[in-house]
Amino acid sequence: MAALTELTIAEARDGLAKKEFSARELAEAHIAAVEAARELNAFVVETPERALADADASDARRARGAAGSLDGIPVAIKDLFCTEGIRTTACSHILDGFVPPYESTVTAKMRAAGAVMLGKTNMDEFAMGSSNETSYWGPVKNPWRRKGDNRTLVPGGSSGGSASAVAARLCLGATGTDTGGSIRQPASFCGIVGVKPTYGRCSRWGIVAFASSLDQAGPMTRTVRDSAIMLGAMAGFDPRDSTSADLPVPDFEAVLGQGVKGMRIGIPKEYRVDGMDAEIAALWDRGAQWLVDAGAEIVEVSLPRTKYALPTYYIIAPAEASSNLARYDGMRYGLRVEGANPTETYENTRGEGFGREVRRRIMIGTYVLSAGYYDAYYKKAQRVRKLIADEFAAAFGRVDAILAPTAPTAAFREGEKSGDLIAMYLNDVLTVPASLAGLPAISVPAGLSGDGLPLGLQLITRPFDEETLFRAADALERAAGFTARPG
Amino acid sequence: MSVDKSTVVRIAKLARIRVPEAELDGLADELNNILGWVEQLNEVDTEGVAPMSSGVEGMALRWRKDDVTDGDRRDDVLANAPDSRDGFFVVPKVIE
Repeated sequence: MAALTELTIAEARDGLAKKEFSARELAEAHIAAVEAARELNAFVVETPERALADADASDARRARGAAGSLDGIPVAIKDLFCTEGIRTTACSHILDGFVPPYESTVTAKMRAAGAVMLGKTNMDEFAMGSSNETSYWGPVKNPWRRKGDNRTLVPGGSSGGSASAVAARLCLGATGTDTGGSIRQPASFCGIVGVKPTYGRCSRWGIVAFASSLDQAGPMTRTVRDSAIMLGAMAGFDPRDSTSADLPVPDFEAVLGQGVKGMRIGIPKEYRVDGMDAEIAALWDRGAQWLVDAGAEIVEVSLPRTKYALPTYYIIAPAEASSNLARYDGMRYGLRVEGANPTETYENTRGEGFGREVRRRIMIGTYVLSAGYYDAYYKKAQRVRKLIADEFAAAFGRVDAILAPTAPTAAFREGEKSGDLIAMYLNDVLTVPASLAGLPAISVPAGLSGDGLPLGLQLITRPFDEETLFRAADALERAAGFTARPG
Repeated sequence: MSVDKSTVVRIAKLARIRVPEAELDGLADELNNILGWVEQLNEVDTEGVAPMSSGVEGMALRWRKDDVTDGDRRDDVLANAPDSRDGFFVVPKVIE
């Protein structure tokens, strides 16, 4: 039998069911893997005692015949999810020492399904970043290296710790959150699967807020099937989130293997952006051919306002962030840096507590929402957002899914883009449009670059049509036959 | 439009973020860089387009009854306070 850390969630589930190993053995193997890979800096909190207690409870449930869909599966949780009794800082200095007295809905659902928690994963501060370099706890390393080049690469962001941990076999799956690409882009950079569900599919309750009209939780795993299993446990209506969709959760796993025969797949020509690596463009063509070979039909579609998605995002997301992050005032929780009066205390706390990128985005957001600029920036961006959503709706009148690359490049080196803000923001040029429209999207590892780095392809479908998303992703995964692994 | 140093001071004040004097010029450049780049949205004709404020098209916010659904959790609420006493948050003096 393969090492326990090499299993997929589906394989581990079957092995546990057949009593080939216990949840405790599975947890112990992963706890050891987490400890042995600390140099990746993928975890900011390790919870081995909790993992063992969860595993023992899981073994007891299984003995009673009451195992859930994730029972005994070791997972990692992005530090953006509040976890009861376990430090949660969104990787920001301003939440120093914050220990939530409550559990986020998504992680509570995963616990109820039997998941075993290994710890909290590193991320860009408040999920603001595309390289995991803005974390207060330091950058995460991508377990992948370029061929013949030992220099460290970024794992992408903001869910960089989750992506790195899944790719390095430290956990079987991890939660991420995606506001403009924060699940899909690191999944692409680390050679794993990442799903951003439809806005409203997973509850946002208990997830530290960044941009509330965009934030969505989703699974990060090594296979499409594993993401289907994990999303099934994470999703569902929650009355505590006013934007949670009151819809039944389909059996996502049941659609796998149904194939794409007769499915119409759209190729948006505007996604061939400047700066896209030639080998990524070639991989995109190959992906389209794979789907044709599997019986799908390729249709060219036009999403002409694609190039305006990123600037739209960089108004809307900072505006919402400036409002959401106003709560960090040093009075009720987290860091307090005293001043001579309350206002000075606020200013000192926030000046010291927020990192550079977060301060910059709060200030941009404050500016675009300030008197005299609200209509010119924020309202304008909301109108363009509507046009972008309408373009997708029109395209989905003709096609069932859209295929595009996930990111314009493979993983880059630490520090390579941190000096140029716009260059960093351009990482998300292919993921942000679906975020603005609230659409479900997935990144599937589809090939390697010439220098040996993983590259992802992205599928996008209609709102709440994750079933078509998983069907097409399954076909793509089968055709790609991606078996490469880091190290 | 261009953001100058005094505008940065004003935004920082509105956002309640202390920015050291030495960082003001650099920050003005960064903000101008971003604001200059988002100006391209002016090329888009949005006449008569309704602003989209929901996360996904067609989603309406639910209403709920104005009932008490939580409470009696004073100690939980105070557990993370930087300073608390006798069941209250302790904050800097507000009224002289």
